[in-house]
Amino acid sequence: MNELSELYEEIILDHNKNPRYFNNIPEGSNRTAEGDNPLCGDHYTIHLTVENGIVEGVGFEGSGCAISKASASLMLESVLGKTEMEATELFKGLHGMLTGDRSHESDSVEFGKLEVLNGVCKYPMRIKCATLAWHVLNAALKNTEQAVTTE
Amino acid sequence: MAYVNFKDKHYHHPDEAMIHSTTVDLMYVKRDFPILYKPVHNQPLVYLDNAATTQKPQSVIKALYSYYTSKNANIHRGVHSLSEQSTLAYESAREKVRQFINARDAKEIVFVKGATEAINLVAQTFGKLAVKKGDEIIVSELEHHSNIVPWQILCEQNEAILRVIPMSDSGELQIEQLDAMLNERTKLLAVSHVSNAIGTINPIKRIIQKANQVGVPVLIDGAQATAHLGVDVQALDCDFYVFSGHKMYAPTGIGVLYAKKKILETMPPYQGGGDMITRVSFKSKTVYNQIPHKFEAGTPNIGGAIGLGAAIDYLSKFEMNQISAHENQLLEYATNALQQIPELQIIGTAEHKAGIISFVLDDIHPHDIGTILDQSGIAVRAGHHCAMPLMERLGINATTRVSFGLYNTFTDIDRLLSGLQNVLRIFKPN
Repeated sequence: MNELSELYEEIILDHNKNPRYFNNIPEGSNRTAEGDNPLCGDHYTIHLTVENGIVEGVGFEGSGCAISKASASLMLESVLGKTEMEATELFKGLHGMLTGDRSHESDSVEFGKLEVLNGVCKYPMRIKCATLAWHVLNAALKNTEQAVTTE
Repeated sequence: MAYVNFKDKHYHHPDEAMIHSTTVDLMYVKRDFPILYKPVHNQPLVYLDNAATTQKPQSVIKALYSYYTSKNANIHRGVHSLSEQSTLAYESAREKVRQFINARDAKEIVFVKGATEAINLVAQTFGKLAVKKGDEIIVSELEHHSNIVPWQILCEQNEAILRVIPMSDSGELQIEQLDAMLNERTKLLAVSHVSNAIGTINPIKRIIQKANQVGVPVLIDGAQATAHLGVDVQALDCDFYVFSGHKMYAPTGIGVLYAKKKILETMPPYQGGGDMITRVSFKSKTVYNQIPHKFEAGTPNIGGAIGLGAAIDYLSKFEMNQISAHENQLLEYATNALQQIPELQIIGTAEHKAGIISFVLDDIHPHDIGTILDQSGIAVRAGHHCAMPLMERLGINATTRVSFGLYNTFTDIDRLLSGLQNVLRIFKPN
């Protein structure tokens, strides 16, 4: 039970029950990416409105377990208002934290509330649940970059 | 060491009742399976994921050990003693399989990796030859991906059409629709004996009869059946019957394709290589070996086949209907108990079911349920169970699935129930 409460902390359960920016397409949405975990069928689409390099609006749709949904909700909450670069750094830092790859560790990345996701580290089978939304975010951030280069 | 001491018999009454109700003590079967005494998260393991794979009895583990310590050699080749012993052991495993499913001839038993390979083999040999452009293959809505995708691949290769027997909301095949689906273009019907996702036992005898009446060959995917129901391929009169060893207490990597001799003899080889030939030449035509060896190219899983033989010996200690009856009691007990949980909905309520229960619990995702149960040492499966079309049909993404084996007890189900209460405490604290 004790270990479980580290995984299913109050804040995770709260964001699962009341996901922020869920089923929301932000006004002027200009970046969208989707991703799934074929092993479990979790599927999310993330929408961003990026203006002048700043994430001005966020939203997500899809379905999955409590960990994946809470992770998406917490993620969008924390990237809103950040620059693209900051958001990318947050992705790299968090991905490193969860997968044990510390190569992108940086003092400038402050996890804040996101520290709660660290509880998943003890559950190797569930790490992908926590990182799914982050990979989708990364794709959404990159997508436009690619579009820009092709144009 | 933390493990359940069965001698103490501090169990709930249903298990106690079972001790007296069965001639062979299924209650004590657990003792034959060493892994069931391995604590998981410091709790005695409750293994309810038997539809994914079953645990192995000591006798199967011993058979593998004994093979590798005293008989190991390649088969059908060497003239030395070990090769002879190894060949004998391998071929005697084939004979055990023949008896187990009551095939006419051991030549009708082809060893493969598992049910998946068996279906792919049939699709790419029999299917490739028999199915022409515009022809039809029939499967059902409740199939495992392994009995869907090989046929989709074949249909794409040969420009054929895949047709699907629909399923009712309760998870029963609507076989009354079959008469209209079978026609002169139907070249094969492939259907599972038991649904891995929701436990429905399909009326395969009737399905085979209907197909046979119009001359359509039938493949039965028996992956979920052989450890739980008696199988008699002659009585069924199906043309193909496939199953995996690991779902019936044997090692992974070994399985069986049964095919009627007259069909097997007409099928082209699946893979080329050693052991499947009689003569190879660059100057004249290469001559293939007799069945079943023609379909066993390369060194097979000799140890696995011997392990499968040992698993059949183990199962032969019981009557199959005794195992079915035991698992039925578990099914009934668990179904009744689960239905008492108001937030829980059982998915798949067919009249005839094997020991498999799929359910959804409020809006709690099965993966979260699986993780929480695991912390109590309870192993269940969460997800789409490799049956995404079935999930799509029922409009759900995933279920939690419990599936029984002959070693499960009522106590296991009680542990599951208290685990589910724990899930509800975490997710629905009010």
